[in-house]
Amino acid sequence: MSALMRLNDLSVWFDDPARPAVDGVSLTVEAGRMLALVGESGSGKSLTALSILDLLPAGAHHRAGAIELDGEDVQGWPDARRRRLRGGDIGTIFQEPLTALNPLHSVGKQIGEAIRVHQGLGRQAVRARSLELLAQVDLPASAETLARYPHQLSGGQRQRVMIAMALANNPRLLIADEPTTALDVTIQETILELLKRLQRELNLGILLISHDLGLVSRFAEDVAVMHRGKLVESGPVDDVLERPKADYTRHLIAAEPGGAPRPLPADAPLLLNAEDLLVRFHGRRRFGGFGGRDSLNAVDRVSLQVRRGETLGVVGESGSGKSTLALALLRLTHAAGRITLLDQRLDTLHGAALRPWRRHLQVVFQDPYGSLNPRLTVGQAVSEGLRVHHKDLNAAQRQARTRALLEEVGLSAEAVDRYPHEFSGGQRQRIAIARALVVQPDLLILDEPTSALDRSVQAQVLELLKTLQDRHGLSYLFISHDLKVVRAISHRLMVMRHGKVIEAGDTEQLFTAPAQDYTRQLIDAAFSRHRKQAVAH
Amino acid sequence: MPMRNPVLQRQWRAFRRNRRGYWSMWVFAVLFVLSLGAEFVANDKPLLVSYQNELYLPVFNTYPETVFGGLFETEANYRDPYVRDLINADGWMLWPPIRYSYNTINYDLQVPAPAPPSAENWLGTDDQGRDVLARLIYGFRTSILFGLMLTIGSSLVGVVVGALQGYYGGWLDLAGQRFMEVWSSMPILYLIIVLSSFMVPGFWSLLLVMLLFSWMTLVDLVRAEFLRGRNLDYVRAAQALGVRTPVILFRHMLPNAMVATLTFLPFVLNASVVLLTSLDFIGFGLPPGDPSLGELLGQGKANLQAPWLGLSAFATLALMLSLLVFIGEAIRDAFDPRKYQ
Repeated sequence: MSALMRLNDLSVWFDDPARPAVDGVSLTVEAGRMLALVGESGSGKSLTALSILDLLPAGAHHRAGAIELDGEDVQGWPDARRRRLRGGDIGTIFQEPLTALNPLHSVGKQIGEAIRVHQGLGRQAVRARSLELLAQVDLPASAETLARYPHQLSGGQRQRVMIAMALANNPRLLIADEPTTALDVTIQETILELLKRLQRELNLGILLISHDLGLVSRFAEDVAVMHRGKLVESGPVDDVLERPKADYTRHLIAAEPGGAPRPLPADAPLLLNAEDLLVRFHGRRRFGGFGGRDSLNAVDRVSLQVRRGETLGVVGESGSGKSTLALALLRLTHAAGRITLLDQRLDTLHGAALRPWRRHLQVVFQDPYGSLNPRLTVGQAVSEGLRVHHKDLNAAQRQARTRALLEEVGLSAEAVDRYPHEFSGGQRQRIAIARALVVQPDLLILDEPTSALDRSVQAQVLELLKTLQDRHGLSYLFISHDLKVVRAISHRLMVMRHGKVIEAGDTEQLFTAPAQDYTRQLIDAAFSRHRKQAVAH
Repeated sequence: MPMRNPVLQRQWRAFRRNRRGYWSMWVFAVLFVLSLGAEFVANDKPLLVSYQNELYLPVFNTYPETVFGGLFETEANYRDPYVRDLINADGWMLWPPIRYSYNTINYDLQVPAPAPPSAENWLGTDDQGRDVLARLIYGFRTSILFGLMLTIGSSLVGVVVGALQGYYGGWLDLAGQRFMEVWSSMPILYLIIVLSSFMVPGFWSLLLVMLLFSWMTLVDLVRAEFLRGRNLDYVRAAQALGVRTPVILFRHMLPNAMVATLTFLPFVLNASVVLLTSLDFIGFGLPPGDPSLGELLGQGKANLQAPWLGLSAFATLALMLSLLVFIGEAIRDAFDPRKYQ
C-alpha cells in the first residue's frame, strides 16, 4: 500500500521551542485506510492535525522534517497552492457541527460554496454536484434539503452536511477531529459507518482523532497513541490494542471503566420513592396567542425508587429527559407527581418548609467549569451549605469541616484559599462533590459527572464515588449517556427515551438480556468489539 | 485593598496594559480632585489672612469688614482695595492661584465684557465680567458630580430592576419590559422643558427628573445576565443547597452581572454629563448664575466675537468626555475575557 500522507518529525510549540506541545511526531496515513490518533485532552492530537492543514491557532508555530502528500513535501509550496489543499485534496470534519456550520446560510449555499471556491463550476453544475454529495452522505437528495438551515437539522444530520462539504472536491485525505464526540452513541455509530463506507468507495485515507478507544478499535485499521506531545506507540489496531508495548497504552486501555458496584445488603431500606413524575414544557401559543399550545412532556410519568446505599443508573440520549428528571427530583423545576424521601412528602413542601429537607438531596453537575462560581474560593464554595444548614457552627468550625472534606475527596486542605480556575477538570469535579457532601446528604444526584473528563480521570472519580458510598452509606442517582461508566457503578438501571422509562431493572440482567431493541442498540454501541471491515487485510 | 482574587488581579493588569486608558484615569482623577477643592483653587476670598497677629480662614468662615478695621457690618470684600490696604497694613493674605470665584465680577475691566484673555483673567471673562477659568473649574465640578450621582442612582435602580426581571422571569419580566417600552418612549427633553415652566429647576430636582428616565439604560443588560445566570450550574447547585434567594442574587449572580454594568458605567456617565450640558445650553438646566459648561457654550454662541468663551467650554467638554471614553475602553478591555487570559 502506498503512503498517502507522511508526517515526519513534526514539532509544535507556543512560546518556547524548548517546551513543545507536539514533540517529534511522525505519522503515515495510507490510501483506503483509517489511522486513529488517540490520546487524552492536551496530548497534542488536534495540533498535529492542524499543522498538516497549516491552520494552527495564533501564537503556535510548527516545524517538520516533512509533510508529504503523495511523496511531495507541501512545506515548500507557495502559500496559495498550500491553501488550495484545504478543502481540496484534504477535507476536514470538526467536532462540533453546530458551530462549524454558518447558522445564517442554507445547506445548499454552504456545500455550493465549498464546490465553487475550488472548482469554479456554473450554477447548474454546482447544484447537481451538491445533490450528488447529499446522496453520498445518506441525506435526502432534494431541493428541500438544500434549502434547510443548520438549526433545522439534528446533530447527526449536521455532521453529514459537514462530511458532504469535506467531500465536495474529491479529497484523498479526510481529517476528522473528534467527529462524533458531540453526538449520541447510536448516531456516532451511523456516522462512523458512513465514513467507513466512503473510505471504501472513494479509497480515502482518513485521519481520525479520537479519545474513544472503543470506537477506534471497531473502526480504524491503524492507531497512533499520543501522550504529552509525544508519539508513544503506533501500528495496526489489533497489535496495539491487544498487545500494547508502551506503559501508557496499557494505562489508557486499563482506564476504560470496568468493575461492578459493591453488592447491596438485601435489607437496605427505601430512601427515595418518586411516583408518576411529570414535567411539561409549554411552547408558544399558536395563531398569534389565541390557539392551543404545543406542549412537550420532558419527563413523562416516571416512577423510581432508590434504596439506601444503592446506585440507580439513568441512561438515555440527549433530550431523553434525564437532566430534567434530576431537576424535578431536586424540586428545581415544576413537576407533578409524588416525591417521598424518608417518609416525608417533598412535593407538597414549599419555600422555607422545604429548605431543611434540601440537605438530604444534593447534586453534582456535568460541566466542571460551569459548576463552580469563578469568584468564590474553594473554601467559600464548599462551606456554603454549612452556612445554610448548620448555622450553629462558627467560622473556625466551618473551616475545619471544609478542610476535612476536601481531604476526603482527595484534594489538599490548602485548596480552601484557592480559586476554581487553578484546578483541573477532575479536581473541580472533586470540589463539586465536596460542596454537595458537606451537608451530609442521603442521596446524591450525579448528572453526567464524568462525561467531560478524560478516561483515566473518569476512573479515579468513579473510584472516589464508590469509596464515599461505602463509607457514608450514600445513595446515588447516576445519570449518564455512557453505558460503560453506568455499568461500573450502578446496581440498577433505568433506560429513558423521549421522557419515558422504556426499560428498568437489575444492571447485569439488563445488560445480558435487554428486552427492548433500543436498549440493545445502546449496549451494542458501547460494548461491541467486532470490527467493521473496510478493506480486506 | 489587597487583591487576592486572581480574577481582579488579572483585570487590573489588563486595565493597566491599556496605557491610554490608564493615564486617562490618572489625569481624570487629578482634575476631579482639584475641582472638588475648587474653593481653594479659584476664589475671591484669600485662603488665609493674618491680621494683627491673628489668623483668619475666610474660605470657611464669614468675617464682617469691621474685624479688619473697616466700616461695614457686612462680609468683607477682600478684593476691595480699601479692605486690602487695611489688611496689608497690619498683616498679610494668602490668595488661591485664581482670585475669582464663579460669580465674582471683575469691575476693573479695561474693555467691555466679554474681555479677552489677559494676565488677570487667564481665559478672559464672560459677558457679565466673570472669570471664565473660574467658571470652568466650578462648572466641571458640577457636571461631574451631577453625572456621577445620576449614574450611580440610575445604575442602582437599573441593576435591581434588571436583576429581579431576569431572575424571576415570567409575568414580572413581561410586565416590566412592556412598562419600560412605554416609559422609554417619553421625550425627556420636552418633559423637562414643560416641567421648568411651572417649577424652577435646581440641581436636585433636575437630578430626580432625569433619574426617572435614565434608569432603563442598564436594565436590559443586567436582565440578560441574570437570565443567563439563573441556569448556570453553580446557581442551580446553590438552589439545591437551599441557599436563600437574596444570597444567590448577591453572592452568585450579581458579581458576574456587574462586569457588564461596570463596562457601561463610563459611557452612562458621559451621557449624563452631555444631557445636563445640553439642557444648560438651551437654558432649561441649572438656575441662572450657576456655573455650567452648557451655559458657557451658550454664551459662546451668543458672542461669536469672543471666541475664548466657546473654545474654552468646548476644550473642557472635549477633554472630559474623551478621558471618560478612554477610561471606559480600558475597563472594557479589562473585563474582556477573550483579550487576556
